[in-house]
Amino acid sequence: MIYDSVIIGGGPAGLAAAVKLAEKGYEPVIIESRDRLGGIPLQCIHPGFGLHLFREDLTGPEYIYRFIDRVEELGVKYVLEAYVEEIVNYSMISKKVRITSPRGVEVVEGKTLIYAAGARERTRYEIGLPGPNAAGIYTAGEAQTMMDMYGVMPGKRVLILGSGDVGLIMARRFVLEGAEVVGVVEILSYPSGLVRNIVQCLEDYGIPLYLQHTVKEIRARNGRVSEAVITRVDENFKPIPGSEFTVDIDALILAVGLRPRVKLLKELGVRIDPNSHGPVVNDWLETMDAPGVFVAGNALMINDYADYASMQGYWAAESAIEYIENKGLPSTRWRRVVPGENTRLVVPQYLSGLRDAWLYLRVSTPLENARLVIPGLGREIPLIHALPSLQLRLMLRREEILRAGEEVVVEAVKD
Amino acid sequence: MRIVVIGAGITGLSIARVLTRYDNLEVVVVDKNPDVGWGVSKANTSIIHPCHEEDPDKHPLRTKLCLEGHDKWYEWTRELDIRVKWPGEIMAATSEEEIRVLEHYYELAIRNRVPGVRLLRGEELFRLEPTLNPEVIAGLYAPSAGTIDPIGACIALAENIVDNGGRLLLGRRVKGIRVGDYRVLGVETTGGFIQADLVVNAAGLYADEISRMAGISDYTIHPRRGQYLIYDRTVQPKPSRIIHSAPTQKTKGVYLVNTVGEVLLVGPTAEDLPSNMRDANYTTREGLEYVLKQAMKLIRKLPPRELVIRTYAGLRPEPSTGSFILRFHEDPWGFIEAAGIRSPGLTAAPGIAGYIEKLIREHVELKPREKWNPYRRDITRPKMLPATERNRLIRENPDYGRIICQCEGVSLGEVMEAVKRMKKIGVPEVTLDGLKFRAHIMVGRCQGTFCRPLTSFILQERLGLEIWSLKFNLEGSFYGVGRVKDLFKKPVEAGEK
Repeated sequence: MIYDSVIIGGGPAGLAAAVKLAEKGYEPVIIESRDRLGGIPLQCIHPGFGLHLFREDLTGPEYIYRFIDRVEELGVKYVLEAYVEEIVNYSMISKKVRITSPRGVEVVEGKTLIYAAGARERTRYEIGLPGPNAAGIYTAGEAQTMMDMYGVMPGKRVLILGSGDVGLIMARRFVLEGAEVVGVVEILSYPSGLVRNIVQCLEDYGIPLYLQHTVKEIRARNGRVSEAVITRVDENFKPIPGSEFTVDIDALILAVGLRPRVKLLKELGVRIDPNSHGPVVNDWLETMDAPGVFVAGNALMINDYADYASMQGYWAAESAIEYIENKGLPSTRWRRVVPGENTRLVVPQYLSGLRDAWLYLRVSTPLENARLVIPGLGREIPLIHALPSLQLRLMLRREEILRAGEEVVVEAVKD
Repeated sequence: MRIVVIGAGITGLSIARVLTRYDNLEVVVVDKNPDVGWGVSKANTSIIHPCHEEDPDKHPLRTKLCLEGHDKWYEWTRELDIRVKWPGEIMAATSEEEIRVLEHYYELAIRNRVPGVRLLRGEELFRLEPTLNPEVIAGLYAPSAGTIDPIGACIALAENIVDNGGRLLLGRRVKGIRVGDYRVLGVETTGGFIQADLVVNAAGLYADEISRMAGISDYTIHPRRGQYLIYDRTVQPKPSRIIHSAPTQKTKGVYLVNTVGEVLLVGPTAEDLPSNMRDANYTTREGLEYVLKQAMKLIRKLPPRELVIRTYAGLRPEPSTGSFILRFHEDPWGFIEAAGIRSPGLTAAPGIAGYIEKLIREHVELKPREKWNPYRRDITRPKMLPATERNRLIRENPDYGRIICQCEGVSLGEVMEAVKRMKKIGVPEVTLDGLKFRAHIMVGRCQGTFCRPLTSFILQERLGLEIWSLKFNLEGSFYGVGRVKDLFKKPVEAGEK
């Protein structure tokens, strides 16, 4: 059996891709590591899902069950509890995926591959927080799994380090479950989560947000984290002496960012963009180094909304269909997209000029009354209030792209 | 007669293993921790030293036992199926002064009859280890250096001890040594009195306190802290040989080790702490910075900080005598010390065990057993097996096909086998660390953010325990503080049993 597409990951991106392929009459198979489809939204019991895609405000499970129900209706095949050991790019029209599952070791083959394996969280070790290796120190995602998948309270007096969205959402979850959140500490001068989450998760509950602060030291007592020393930092992130204060806690939750899970792609020889931390792709969301391997969702770049991940899933599926029909994508001269001034990342990294394309990007610093400029295309968009935490998205028309030279610089300029 | 070994670390367990060979000895190992190897043995550089750093004039016994221990590890790791590899090591010099240090150790290598040691320069050196920093001008290559899984070794020894009729009493702290008529009568523990004819003090960091319980107070121990960083397995460049700096008067060497788990270990510091800081096994900003600064001199390119997957600190017991304390006391008779086991204690452990065996034999007639099983098999690791064998295994038990650790590809079958083996050696309750050290979950890139909650949930389903009440390691290190909604239930205080 050769599937039209092997989809790795049964979350917002993978499921959307599967639905799109099946609706158009193609046969995909989903490889999912957990014992059920759905991915991370299963544990996101808060609303805010579906606003872009369905124009409705849904919880994570409500959102993802729209896709799961559709997958069942369409009779899409999926393999659960499956671990991908290796992806082999056998030929243009054969991608072989070796998996282990309770049914044994097998090779699943597809004409294309859609990689939608999601992200992992950064840990305290990669941000360099020293101290004891004690109980009570968890990433926001692990805390969320504990609480909303398995009904376990990670702590009752909680400090949150980092102001990423999962951390903000968890701050509110802790309060709603009767715990005390002593504060959210952010080293930058602006929050890294969405404004709506700052308002709805912190301000509405009176949780203090300490900007330009960090946790300098943690202490443990009896095997569990017991104290955190918080300090103000200067513009070089150096602690300001004399500004320290200590809080008693029994849990420290880290919301210090996500990283695309790209290990398998790297092993396939796919280049990783140091800005997005995801693979280098073109405007079909196809990796530049492995034809027929498409990437969508948080494995591609960290998205603000599950909706965006699903949209990328649709996009990858449509690309896969084009690929299947033509045994590959057209040959072309690529235009490289380069993040310029005040721009942290832009995805996709290459444009063909053969199609319209969405650009996803983030600015690198907060900007007031600025403009997003793509000089080569003569495109200009006003940015009234831009934050790095806000993922920007814009559509480029094929005709515009054709105007560009070899490089398409995207930059944000202040007026 | 019964012999009680205090301390289930690499020293105590090595001694206990050797003693299970005798028919007339009943071997009991006691430890305050609820599992084996959780003290000094847990956090160290994991090196089996070639022993050319030991000065036979200053420390003749230590040198001898280091050499003996090194060679015995060749056998023991095979018999006990312990993860080990023998990549050899390079002591690197970046100055003429350091070359003199290398030459000094080269002399010691010849005196200690350490095989294969060579002084290398230039092309030959870089061909041997291309990841060396170009600033390195010479290296002392010792091909017999190895790196072992130290806590895996403790677990293997413990299982082998139990297979040969020995017993482990874990989670019992020794409160006193009962002495009468000038001989030891047994040990008082938090779990009751244990009669003993012979008592071995292998209590690591706390050996001086145990000795004092037997009336011996001619030495003290202070902790020497070592801090480490571990980089992800994918980092490049990753040295294939062990690389370390030349020890000088002021600084001890910093090591770069591609461990048996294929991660890059960097460290340690050597910080002498006062003896009341025996629980200070935490890392500090300064300590980690020091280690990185030293490591940078050794390797062509140090991986970026964001590829660090874990940092930790270990405490090594530094005796006031500066050397191993290995004695059979006449007063109280039967009190034996294997104390002050500082570096190279891991290497020397099998040698120390042989030496203690000899001391006992000088006082007690030992009768060898007719049947003694030197072998122990490690947990079945499906990812190491060819596909056909793995399929057979999964057909027999589908848990071997349920991969719960995505980073390292560890199956639920391995986790459940770890649980079984913990029970077998007398671990009183399953801990997350116990599973980590056996099944190798929670050690990869994500450090357990995915597999820890999942594993805990499965254990709740299968063993009927509460997820939140699972401990990482020691008392108080509960995974959670209670169930969701518990905080609304008054007056029951969440987090209390």
